[in-house]
Amino acid sequence: MSGTQPFRLASGGEVDRDRPIRFRFGGKAYTGFEGDTLASALLANGVRLAGRSFKYHRPRGLIGMGVEESNVLVQLGSADRSTPNVRATEVYLYEGLEAAPVNCWPNVRLDIGGINNLMSRFLAAGFYYKTFMWPNWHFYEGIIRRAAGLGRAPTQRDPDRYESRNAHCDLLVVGSGPAGLAAARLAAASGARVMLVEQDSLLGGSLLHDDATIDGSDARAWIDATKEMLAASEDIVVLARTAAVGYFDHNALTLLEQVGNEAACAAGSVRYRLWNVRAKRVILATGALDRPLVFSGNDRPGVMLATAVRHYVRRFGVVPGKKAIVFTNNDEAYRTAFALAEAGTIVSAVVDARSHPPDDFSSRLSHFGIALIAGGAVVATKGAKALRAVQVRSGDGALRWVDCDLLAMSGGLNPTVHLFCQSGGKLRFDEATASFLPGNSAQAEESVGAAAGTFTVSGALQSGHAAAHRALLTLDLECCLDAPVCAEERLPQPLLPLWHVSGGRGKAFVDFQNDVSADDIGLAARENFISVEHLKRYTTLGMAADQGKTSNVNALAIMASLTGRSVQDTGTTRYRFPFTPMPLASFAGRARADLFRPLRMMPAHERHIRHGAAFEDYGGWMRPSCYPLPGESHAAAEQREALAVRQSAGLFEGSPLGKIEVVGPDAAKFLDLIYANTMSTLKSGKVRYGLMLNELGAIIDDGVAARVEDTHYIVCTSSGGAARIAAWLEEWLQCEWPGLDVVVAPVTTAWGVVTLTGPAARQILEKVGTSFDLAADVFPHMSFREGLVANIPARIFRVSYTGEVSYEINVPASHTPELWDRLFAAGATHGITPIGVDGWMLLRTEKGFLHIGADTDGTTTPLDVGWGYVLKKKSDFVGRRSLLLPENQRSDKLGFVGFRAVDPAVILPVGEHVVITDADSTQRSDGYVTSAGFSPVLGMGVALGMIHGGDTRLGDTVSIGVHRAQVVPPAAYDPEGKRLNG
Amino acid sequence: MLLIECPWCGPRDEVEFQCGGQSHIERPGPPEAVSDERWGAYLFERINPKGLHRERWLHAFGCRRWFNIARNTATHEIIAVYRMGESSPDAPSGDGAVP
Repeated sequence: MSGTQPFRLASGGEVDRDRPIRFRFGGKAYTGFEGDTLASALLANGVRLAGRSFKYHRPRGLIGMGVEESNVLVQLGSADRSTPNVRATEVYLYEGLEAAPVNCWPNVRLDIGGINNLMSRFLAAGFYYKTFMWPNWHFYEGIIRRAAGLGRAPTQRDPDRYESRNAHCDLLVVGSGPAGLAAARLAAASGARVMLVEQDSLLGGSLLHDDATIDGSDARAWIDATKEMLAASEDIVVLARTAAVGYFDHNALTLLEQVGNEAACAAGSVRYRLWNVRAKRVILATGALDRPLVFSGNDRPGVMLATAVRHYVRRFGVVPGKKAIVFTNNDEAYRTAFALAEAGTIVSAVVDARSHPPDDFSSRLSHFGIALIAGGAVVATKGAKALRAVQVRSGDGALRWVDCDLLAMSGGLNPTVHLFCQSGGKLRFDEATASFLPGNSAQAEESVGAAAGTFTVSGALQSGHAAAHRALLTLDLECCLDAPVCAEERLPQPLLPLWHVSGGRGKAFVDFQNDVSADDIGLAARENFISVEHLKRYTTLGMAADQGKTSNVNALAIMASLTGRSVQDTGTTRYRFPFTPMPLASFAGRARADLFRPLRMMPAHERHIRHGAAFEDYGGWMRPSCYPLPGESHAAAEQREALAVRQSAGLFEGSPLGKIEVVGPDAAKFLDLIYANTMSTLKSGKVRYGLMLNELGAIIDDGVAARVEDTHYIVCTSSGGAARIAAWLEEWLQCEWPGLDVVVAPVTTAWGVVTLTGPAARQILEKVGTSFDLAADVFPHMSFREGLVANIPARIFRVSYTGEVSYEINVPASHTPELWDRLFAAGATHGITPIGVDGWMLLRTEKGFLHIGADTDGTTTPLDVGWGYVLKKKSDFVGRRSLLLPENQRSDKLGFVGFRAVDPAVILPVGEHVVITDADSTQRSDGYVTSAGFSPVLGMGVALGMIHGGDTRLGDTVSIGVHRAQVVPPAAYDPEGKRLNG
Repeated sequence: MLLIECPWCGPRDEVEFQCGGQSHIERPGPPEAVSDERWGAYLFERINPKGLHRERWLHAFGCRRWFNIARNTATHEIIAVYRMGESSPDAPSGDGAVP
């Protein structure tokens, strides 16, 4: 035994005894070796009690060796690098590692929550449902929620980096045991593009703990030779510490690669890498997991799965106990007895449930001086914080206690069929191995080796090789390698299914992580929760972080026997993604913080910064909401900017405005179909405002269209609709009217837009110089020009959203700052003012101009906003037929109006309802406010909204919340439109 | 995660596409000649078969072309991919059949 590690062997295993590693667990310092996992290092140091269970806070120790570990979950790391509920078996030791047991306070030895264990008689399945009914569940919820869970969720921001990567391959091999290596080796030699993934840090699978002679060399040498061969082949990717967690349609698999530990990440390494792989063929060599035996006290620290015990001895040179007993119903666990004996541990007995254990193994046991108890069972255990003794029932029924500190148990092997099931494959229950095996495949995959119920090394090698051979044939690749040959191996004797050992006192656990016992399953059966899905939800069996890897099959079999059904008929619950828990951050990858949703900046962004803009996110664009002066509030800035537009001039960047070119002989015909109003009668050089509807007749966008020439329109959409409307036009063109000769080209970001608006706009524009006449009669409202503005090639729309003379000047995006500067300089003497979105919206509210999505919703039709005349249009358009439906023709529908509060100082709250009181004094909504603000030019509040009956209600006085208001036409300012035509 | 053979770009991941629902729906018209019932059926009535289903899909993050897919909703097998305007190939095992 080695120095400070009392359970470490002097030699053997894949650990480097010359490289000690210091770590802390639960605040205490320990030492392990390079190559250890946290689990093996804890065992080497004799740490038996390493966690508390979820519900009863029972003392627990390690049970497994890998992904199946259900007892020892730890809080890994500290401060901002703290991860809850990590399996100690999957943590590779590094210098300075810190971990702590979960679900115990003040510490794992003296745990206050352990009081639950004393009351466990009352805490059976369904306890919550039956108990916390009076006065109601919420009365108890807070306390229960605080008691629930295991580790602590970190409260600080995760500082680590996560990546994702896509990959394609001919063949993806999951698992690197003998079957997986045989498959990968053949495929690599045949020139296939291969990915081999292994969740462990080392390749080899069962060969890491079982002896075998393959192709004349020992297993370790064969693994190394195969690794070298793979490394020398082209197009081979071997990923260790990588779990295949998801198997989706069409052979899309998700892998999770553990890249850096806490220490490496602090130095800049990536933490996890998520792989999305598309494979032509998949070979599942995922192995098998040991099944626990269900007997009283089977959860005491020191009771472990037999294969795991052998793994710790052979792989890590750690013996998990000084005096062991083996309890089994199959051959597999005998190997553990031999491994322990060879390592010098006292093995008092092998208890085999079978009456006729295999002869060759019995004689080998006697060679080691190990007693064999045939037809026996372990019925109970003793020990407060760790195993002290087990009660053995021999074949003749006699009971006796035997001292031991380690019990290695094996109830048979469960093939790891999770990925196979995720792929859509159907399981069948195999009576010979008493396990679920892959049945019919649903995708281009094959299960091999132990995952397919072949539990010998030679069988695994053959099945892996043969499956790869079949896969390569489908890929038209030639195979040029013989199958590896494993020297003579014995055939295992059949096991004796043993699902529940009765007779002991105390709980016999089925699901260790969620504390579900055999009695709980009995209770579920008595209360008729006999469907496996009901059993799962009623008892929480298989619902813990391990998703029932060790417990499900035992539970199904117990339920089957209680209900007199076969295991096959009882069935399994659904296997779901992910196979093993994944950090949420691995899904996010790089898409966090600034990269979560990259914000777009307008071409003159830097100019807005110079003007002191307050930016906000508008549909993914960073836009100025206003430009507050030093000490000025946002509200005051909005008022000042809006007033400047009414009195002199404002400058507004509207680059996100959607711009779509519609070109072709049928452009006019197409736009007549798309817009509710007519666009074909528009003259070249003119602009028309239009509404677009969906087939339900609801308004989906508005904006102007300019006719550049006969066969060329520019369609302007709202900023939020830019991408959506371009896609909308394409869909109609491609799917409904493919015969129309039209091309749709979205050009939104190619053009920057600066809008100059206000009574001084024309004078300012004249000052910067244009290549065309600006006189009102030559270039009137609702017209369009192409020409030069300040010597920059431009498209100018004379349209107005403010009610003042406005020029929307479109220039190539890169010229936007230059245009901005020129206009601003020219307007200086007029008091030109940059205006943000807030002021802009206030101006259009004064004018009663619609803002689609604010004033309208998904039910608003043109008929509701005063556009009844569209029905006079002769030709069809999208949504027309729906406008004729009786529901849309109702006269009491919500219609668009203005509201003027009786008190002019009041700004009606947006969202506030128009309330009417019926004769029986019940109140109901008669409409609501959709836009509102204080008009600086009118000196009163202005508001827009919807009211039943629409403009038939003009003149009515209504109650809006606590305010009284009059229903008025939408345009509060300059209703005749004299100013915008000026 | 389906692997979809775009008729213009070749096989691509499902994430590049948007599903536009049932295909081959005839838009009735002219509007005045269509009954409310017929229009309502056009707007809202869709089949939801277990088995063969024909849908239109958009290669949104690619060529931005619409096309049709005949697929089995139970097995997720893509039986055929064909362009807009082309007629739908019959399923090998008959309409709506589940293997």
